[in-house]
Amino acid sequence: MPDLLIELFSEEIPARMQTRAGEDLKKRITDGLVEAGLTYASAATLTTPRRLTLAVEGLLSESPMIREERKGPKVGAPDKAIEGFLRGAGLTRDQLEERETPKGAVYFATIEKAGRPAAEIVAEVLEATIRNFPWPKSMRWGSGGLRWVRPLHSILCILTDETGAQVVPMEVDGIKSGDTTEGHRFMAPGRFAVSSFEDYAAKLKRAFVVLSPAERAEHIWNDAQNLAFAAGLEVVDDKGLLAEVAGLVEWPVVLMGRIDDEFLELPPEVLQTSMKEHQKFFSVRNPKTSRIEQFITVANRETTDNGATILAGNQKVLSARLADAKFFWENDLRVAKSDIAQWTRALEYVTFHNKLGTQAERIDRIAALARELAEVTGADADQVETAARLAKADLSSEMVYEFPELQGLMGRYYIEAASEDAAVAAVAQEHYSPLGPSDDVPTAPLSVTVALADKLDTLTGFWAIDEKPTGSKDPFALRRAALGATRLILENDLRLSLDRFFDSQLVRAEGAINDALSKSNVEDLLEEIADHGVFGAAFKAVKDNLGEKPTAEFLGLEKKVPDASDDLLSFFHDRLKTFLRDEGIRHDIIDACIAMDGNDDLNLLVKRARALNAVIATEDGENLVQGFKRANNILTQAEEKDGVEYSYGADIKFAETDSEKALFGALEATQAQIDPALKAEDFPSAMSAMAGLRGPVDAFFEDVQVNTDNDILRRNRLNLLSQIRQVCSSVADLSRIEG
Amino acid sequence: MTDQSSAPRSFQEIILRLQTYWASKGCAILQPYDMEVGAGTFHPATTLRALGSKAWAAAYVQPSRRPTDGRYGENPNRLQHYYQYQVLIKPSPPDLQELYLGSLEAIGIDMNLHDIRFVEDDWESPTLGAWGLGWEVWCDGMEVSQFTYFQQVGGHDCAPVSGELTYGLERLAMYVLGIDHVMDMPFNDPQSPSPLTYGEIFKQTEEEYARWNFDVANTEVLLRHFEEAEAECAAILAQDHDDPKTGKRIVMAHPAYDQCIKASHVFNLLDARGVISVTERQAYIGRVRALAKQCADAFLLTEAAGFEA
Repeated sequence: MPDLLIELFSEEIPARMQTRAGEDLKKRITDGLVEAGLTYASAATLTTPRRLTLAVEGLLSESPMIREERKGPKVGAPDKAIEGFLRGAGLTRDQLEERETPKGAVYFATIEKAGRPAAEIVAEVLEATIRNFPWPKSMRWGSGGLRWVRPLHSILCILTDETGAQVVPMEVDGIKSGDTTEGHRFMAPGRFAVSSFEDYAAKLKRAFVVLSPAERAEHIWNDAQNLAFAAGLEVVDDKGLLAEVAGLVEWPVVLMGRIDDEFLELPPEVLQTSMKEHQKFFSVRNPKTSRIEQFITVANRETTDNGATILAGNQKVLSARLADAKFFWENDLRVAKSDIAQWTRALEYVTFHNKLGTQAERIDRIAALARELAEVTGADADQVETAARLAKADLSSEMVYEFPELQGLMGRYYIEAASEDAAVAAVAQEHYSPLGPSDDVPTAPLSVTVALADKLDTLTGFWAIDEKPTGSKDPFALRRAALGATRLILENDLRLSLDRFFDSQLVRAEGAINDALSKSNVEDLLEEIADHGVFGAAFKAVKDNLGEKPTAEFLGLEKKVPDASDDLLSFFHDRLKTFLRDEGIRHDIIDACIAMDGNDDLNLLVKRARALNAVIATEDGENLVQGFKRANNILTQAEEKDGVEYSYGADIKFAETDSEKALFGALEATQAQIDPALKAEDFPSAMSAMAGLRGPVDAFFEDVQVNTDNDILRRNRLNLLSQIRQVCSSVADLSRIEG
Repeated sequence: MTDQSSAPRSFQEIILRLQTYWASKGCAILQPYDMEVGAGTFHPATTLRALGSKAWAAAYVQPSRRPTDGRYGENPNRLQHYYQYQVLIKPSPPDLQELYLGSLEAIGIDMNLHDIRFVEDDWESPTLGAWGLGWEVWCDGMEVSQFTYFQQVGGHDCAPVSGELTYGLERLAMYVLGIDHVMDMPFNDPQSPSPLTYGEIFKQTEEEYARWNFDVANTEVLLRHFEEAEAECAAILAQDHDDPKTGKRIVMAHPAYDQCIKASHVFNLLDARGVISVTERQAYIGRVRALAKQCADAFLLTEAAGFEA
């Protein structure tokens, strides 16, 4: 059983692509081998910046012979049919076998495909793999047509068994396979031959190449920790950086250096970001002060001066970088302390979106909405406005221009320096949250208010210009914004009617995108929405009180705003479904609750959904839904047939049977329990009271026929069903429950 | 191997060593292009010669202008006018990495003491409609060059592929010479009778141009220049390939490309003047790219691109 060793040696492969490429190589080669009948015992892949390596152990030395039996025409069939069969099987007539079958004598052919030597199969599979390799980005070079991630220089491909190693002969675009490779580019230049994987790995190690990325990462991490520990410091953990750095070196040499004292007062996040982004350095922290004081860099070689030149060079580059950062920090601080509001004003010249105007205009809209939302969140309206106006000021700072990923955090530092209060400063950082589903949701009322206003403004803005997410395209991360707003509302238990805030923010957005819409129209509308809480009434009030003839732009809002508002609400409902699905709440349960009034109050909606979900999980609940549906079906059919709505109160005096009378009583009792529960939004109590109806309803259907010939009885019973429907619909629209 | 005694002493010595090195490797040592460009890539010896089937090997210094990078000569390494060293070899030779490393040794970087790394960096020029894959080359953590295998220029696939090396000369020289501020760098031999620093030659011009670029350049005139260059480019390319006067087939790819270069630089100036909004920016870049594309189309119809009528 031979072992197979493949190495594809190229110019430097981007670090981020190496792991995946190793896996792809393994999968494509082993799949190809197995498909051709060559099974193997084990396979492992290893990568360095310059090579993809695959070692396959215990490969079959040739693929097994394949024997296939085919049933042909009957003996005595026309010659044409037999000849056709022979052609297909590649045999001659004397090779056929006659066999008796229940249908008479039939020709059978046995086709044997000889096994093929492993080398032949490996060559084919390797060539196909190289030619079709799934690099995320690939290129051509020189005059060739082959694509690889960077120029491919050599192919090592050998089969090794007890008798020794054999090169698997093959050629791709002029690159011939062989049994040689190269060591470290600088420390051990020159090619050498290898005879097996063990020989290969050992010789590479002597040539200053650590083949395994895991081993390189472990080596880097251990050395880094030891160096830091010896100095009484600790390395800041960064798995992503570790993997990347391990993909940049073949022979890792870890060096630790000092950060110049003059930079130690920079915020630790700035040091960390600058060192990681620009230099791929690890940060080294003093556990006593929590300050970042040193750095770890990983070189790709040993030197006669033990890395002194390399470390000095890196230190110099770092100092230049940090000098920039310090310059930004100090300049920014100066501006922040003298007049931080000038940064917000400077955003007048920064476009947010070509239809939605500048960042400054956007901030105005957010501040206005945040003031309105303050009523709901319990934050102080003036403080909210101040915070909203400063929250994005740092976008004008030099530091954020240089390191966009520090937005918000820098704002927090700068606002604190400008001696605004800490809660206002925190808003700068927290109003972007939550960014992802696992990101924490802010809880400070000030931050919650601005965070919510920010997200609602983004959503209404893009809805107003009709740039909604489609399919997988969501360039403005609107799904994330809606989920973020939803979580802010739910996790802070905010009670608000979203519609009303959608409406006012849509009107503000319309004011921004539509120059022909008069400012006074927009302001009047906003005032009326604040009074009425509904767009329709506000629109009518403004329209009725207009001194002049309404403009076409104003009239256009009558339909546009409610349409966008409704559509945005259903977008929120979709996000909510995704969110609640993780709690195990089915979409039809949520639909049943969305069908109720007040569905733009997400907490109310969720309370309903959770209560309904809990009850439906019980046997009573499930049966109640069936009973309700039965009542509802009979009633709906009757209403359709008769063309009336049966919503008069049923009268117990027409009740005939005991179960009918019992249902009257049960409905009355349930209603008496439900009313106060609903008032208190105690949906679980309301639902469990409702579930108590299951027995009486079941008994009623058992004993009573609704559609009797007696018209008075029938009408009374339909009215009784209507009462069931009404009671059962007080928490959710049960007709939407599936199953 | 270059030892310490042969360490270069001035900015110009580094340039001269690069010229000598690449000449010894068979490159034609060209002179800078006589127009304002943002980078060495704009030189027709790169942009146009990367196209077509003919072999090519050239190296040159290219003065480059980036008006927005002006800092009145105060920033230690940001300049609105600086020098790039550019090498373009087509088809890219298999030992291009080794050739490149040899050039670092030639300017005094001792491979035994330094850590040279090839770090992924894909290059793209939206104005030239060009892209390639390669690396930025790090020496002890500092980016010293850009190394690119051109895949497309002017929207055309490059076949054969060119290898392009770009050295940011000031930064590289500062590193090799151990200088912290560009203006302090010796331009010629500091032991010569009239030693000159980079600052003595360029500090004043950096100030003058920074002021003009940021505050004074007449934007109306510039906007008009942009339109005119665009129109002239189209007009040149609209001419019949056969010259009525000489009766020869003369496709005017280079004169047209000059107009593309002009439009690109005017755009950079307008950008520095802050009169181009974020959305307009994309539109301007698109217009320059359209010119570059048409010039590339035209060049492919010339003899220099291997065209046979």
